Amino acid sequence: MNGTEGVRHPRGRDLPPEERERRLRRIWDPPRGILGALSVVDHKIIGRRYIATAFVFLALGGVLAALIRIQLATPEGRLLGPDVYNQVFTVHGANMMFLFAVPVMEAMGVYLVPLMIGTRNIAFPRLNAFSYWIYVAGGALLWIAFLLDFGPDVGWFGYVPLSGPQYGYGKRADIWAQMITFTELAALAVAVEIVVTVFKQRAPGMTLDRIPLFVWAMLVTSFLVIVAMPAIMIASSALILDRLVGTHFFNPAEGGDVLLFQHLFWFFGHPEVYIIFLPAVGMVSTMLSTFARRPVFGYLPLVMSLITIGVLSFGLWAHHMFTTGLPRVGESFFTASSMAIAVPAGVQIFCFIATLWLGRPVWRPPLLFVAAFVVTFTIGGLTGVMVASVPLDSQVHDTYFVVAHFHYVLVGGAVFPLMGAIYYWFPKMTGRMMSDRLGAWVAALVFVGFNLTFFPMHVLGLQGMPRRIYAYQPELPWGGLNLFVSLASIILFAGFLLFFVDVVRSAVRGAPAGDNPWNAPTLEWATTSPPPSYNFDGIPVVTSANPLWDDPETLPVATGLRVDRRELLVTSVQRAEPEARESSAGASIWPFLAAVATTVMLIGSIFSPWAVVWGSLPIAVALVGWFWPKGAPEDEA
Amino acid sequence: MEEQRLDRSGRVLAAALAGLALSACEREERVMRRDPPVVAALDEAALLPGGVGGAEPLAHVALGKPYETNAYEIAQGKRLYAAMNCAGCHGDGSGGVGPSLIDGWWAYGADLPSLYATIRDGRPRGMPPYRQKLPPDSIWQLAGYVQTLASYSAKTAAPGRDDAPQTRPAENRAPATQAPLEPPAR
Amino acid sequence: MSARRLVSLVLAAASCAACSPIQSALDPQSPQAESLHELFWLFVVVCSVVWLAVMASLTLALLRNRSTASEATAAGSRTPALAVGAAVVATVLIVAGLTIASFLATRSLATDGGGLVIKLRGYQWWWEATYPAEGVVTANEIHLPVGRPVRMELSAADVIHSFWVPQLQGKLDLIPGRDNAVTITVTKEGVYRGQCAEFCGLQHAHMGLIVVAEPPAAFDAWARAQAAVAAAPTEPEAQAGAALFQAKACSSCHAIRGTAASAKVGPDLTHVASRRSIAADVLPATRGAFAAWIVDPQTIKPGANMPAIALEPAELRALSAYMTALK
Repeated sequence: MNGTEGVRHPRGRDLPPEERERRLRRIWDPPRGILGALSVVDHKIIGRRYIATAFVFLALGGVLAALIRIQLATPEGRLLGPDVYNQVFTVHGANMMFLFAVPVMEAMGVYLVPLMIGTRNIAFPRLNAFSYWIYVAGGALLWIAFLLDFGPDVGWFGYVPLSGPQYGYGKRADIWAQMITFTELAALAVAVEIVVTVFKQRAPGMTLDRIPLFVWAMLVTSFLVIVAMPAIMIASSALILDRLVGTHFFNPAEGGDVLLFQHLFWFFGHPEVYIIFLPAVGMVSTMLSTFARRPVFGYLPLVMSLITIGVLSFGLWAHHMFTTGLPRVGESFFTASSMAIAVPAGVQIFCFIATLWLGRPVWRPPLLFVAAFVVTFTIGGLTGVMVASVPLDSQVHDTYFVVAHFHYVLVGGAVFPLMGAIYYWFPKMTGRMMSDRLGAWVAALVFVGFNLTFFPMHVLGLQGMPRRIYAYQPELPWGGLNLFVSLASIILFAGFLLFFVDVVRSAVRGAPAGDNPWNAPTLEWATTSPPPSYNFDGIPVVTSANPLWDDPETLPVATGLRVDRRELLVTSVQRAEPEARESSAGASIWPFLAAVATTVMLIGSIFSPWAVVWGSLPIAVALVGWFWPKGAPEDEA
Repeated sequence: MEEQRLDRSGRVLAAALAGLALSACEREERVMRRDPPVVAALDEAALLPGGVGGAEPLAHVALGKPYETNAYEIAQGKRLYAAMNCAGCHGDGSGGVGPSLIDGWWAYGADLPSLYATIRDGRPRGMPPYRQKLPPDSIWQLAGYVQTLASYSAKTAAPGRDDAPQTRPAENRAPATQAPLEPPAR
Repeated sequence: MSARRLVSLVLAAASCAACSPIQSALDPQSPQAESLHELFWLFVVVCSVVWLAVMASLTLALLRNRSTASEATAAGSRTPALAVGAAVVATVLIVAGLTIASFLATRSLATDGGGLVIKLRGYQWWWEATYPAEGVVTANEIHLPVGRPVRMELSAADVIHSFWVPQLQGKLDLIPGRDNAVTITVTKEGVYRGQCAEFCGLQHAHMGLIVVAEPPAAFDAWARAQAAVAAAPTEPEAQAGAALFQAKACSSCHAIRGTAASAKVGPDLTHVASRRSIAADVLPATRGAFAAWIVDPQTIKPGANMPAIALEPAELRALSAYMTALK
């Protein structure tokens, strides 16, 4: 299983283990110092930063949710005025979707995919670093703007004409549009990296049917990102052009179309839900298999359902627009396609339950979150079937019924699995275990608090309470349930608070984890916790879908990669046969500088179109520096 | 540890950015209700004899000149331009029965107090007074907006185009087509 | 879970019975809304059954006796295809059934417009209703004859709004640059409330619409009264108010037919005192509420386009007397 033969280069094969480790460390360890921290390209460090940043945004978004619940607890609440409230719910939504949900799922992929497929770093590591800095800049833009009373107030969907030049006063909607540009840029970069990593860097022997389900999910997700994100970039760029340059994409009087924006937005916006949900399916499959102590039931149907959902998700965007008065035929098509997506989702739930049925469940915190996921997500999926029906949607659209529905899907379907995944992979990331006892408490509080908070919102919506209202009159019969919801949300907040406490406590004082604390079957558990900078001492060779269960003692490894420069093993797409050795880019400050230059240009363009012209010069300089041939193979990579 | 250090420098950077942006943030504040005494004080522009030029009311300065720099107030002025049927005489701004507002020539002054006085008190040859038709804060909004129609320098707070057929260049292009030395021949 | 669901539905039913006018999809008052209501319960029942089945199998899977597990695993090698196939077929059948039910409901909703036409135009943040044949222009309150199909023609003046009176019909958006129409037939007399359902800016929360369904005779009388010009006030105080209305800023934005005031910026006030509420169903149409609204609109509805006008107390009394006289 060696790579290409060659005697002149040191391969490490013949070196003693300590010497090989020393040499690998010398070439793979990240540089030191502040400059070093800004130059890092290690997927684990960037993935960890990405995840930590995303959870910071989750906490911030949670604070906004608390403000919303205090405001709505009583009729005609006086905590926030309409102006601030509109910013609060807009930033809550935009933050949770663009700065938490999508990035955190991609970040889990950035950290885990290279480990799960047995390679030393993600493909295009410098692009990865660039992506993180761009993401941080976009998040900072939104939050600094919000704290300065500058925050977008047009809803996370930013419909024109409300966000357009005539009714979107000031720069608030521009902040929204440009924040989207930042996060989309970051997401697209990660998606490309993951696709290439999965296709070309899998461990030898990891044929398509041996790829872990989480990696499959990230692969499908990445394709969704690549196809869906350009639509929203067009929408937000056209909006910003309308606002700043005076174009007429969305001006009906000049041949533009208001609904065009909605089509573009939801052509992205619906796949977005699956961009968040599919990685969660992958996490659930992985954790289920570990804690049911058997391979997941129906590997092939699960992979097929992931792909089917990915394809179908592009055929149902218009069900967000049923009340705009679409032609009848169009409505029927989108009803049918929206209903159809229940089939692959049903297959997934079926396979999950079958796995539990056939296995011997071990009750550790991740499995608790998986159970909470099945219970909650199923409700969200079924109310999804209800809103897919045009006539029903005409009653519940834009009411609290829909608020309840998508929180069931997004929190039940993605956040619960994500919290389970943090409990599951925390030992790998930090080398320390999280607390089983606190984990059970977190799962219980979050599950009970979530359902008590969001289930009554279905009823509120049916009672006629529209979304996005900052106050309601005391005569309307919504006061009681709203107060109940606000009180119940305290339980939910307590659960999240305990989760953050457990994370911090465990990071400092958790019990040492060991390499494979859960006795899990996938490759990331074949290395130390936390993994060394080069991930694997020798590249593992895979002979089954569950390598650590089937070869517990003697996982074969491939040798032959050089130990004097960063090298990866490139394998074939289908059968993962070794094809070549490829150098992997080393640490560099240029991605950071390029991200700073891009940030300056994008933010400047909000205030003057000339910023695009002058701002491109520093970007050009940064890119020239980035790609300047320096002679070292790591730089050519 | 490196990441902690990184955090600290990140915070410093964020604070610096925040400081920079603070100078701009009153552009975006939305004050929907002004106390009646403030509104009354806004009416006290000290105009020079002849009603052209003069000092702004102290209240406007004390508020931070919102009608010149605040996006919401200027946008409200744009709404009032349509609501008060200014277009009935001035058209889309390029003039009709009344003079053009976009050619850069201001017969009675381009400063805010003069524009305020023009709208409030009217001017000879047809400009009616709006003293009774609008409260002072609304007149200020209108004056702030009209000033952006033929601005000599661009404002980031000014509104964009209308969602309507475009018959003239957008507001807030600057400088005005040309800053004329004498009144345009009409 | 199911217990909680039941409790909340009972809660919902209880609160619906309590008050009127309300806006609840759970209390349908027109054939269209009733058909939506039936469809809703069909979906609820089917979805609940599916959810309970999933929960039952999840519970069984977690709690079942593990002594047989090894046999099942051995047999598992050939069951996946079969089992998954069965799951797919079951899901397809359920989903197809619901889709067909949904199509049938859509078809039953399609009715031809007849007779009465109301043009409803959305503004930030109020509704203008025009009855072209009857010559009526009013705001924030529409009257309908019971039993007669009414074609609502929807348009928007500024941003997107959405017309939604849950007891009568599902919602439909008012979109700038597009024309939408919906037909409603109300079968029961009553007062119904609707509210803008598409986020439309600062006062989206306070954009209510009152719908009064009344017998045809009462409707005709109402329409005749509304089409008439405003009667000149008789009380001296109201007469002073009428003069103030023309002299002050009021007439810059509002129209009162029969007087010089004809501006179209704000709601038509010709018969404002005949309505149940003012400011898009934020305040009742009483003299005190008129005065409060005129003197300080930005506290009641921050961001609304109505400016505060400086008035002496006597002037305020006169204006509110005039408003109350506009029956």
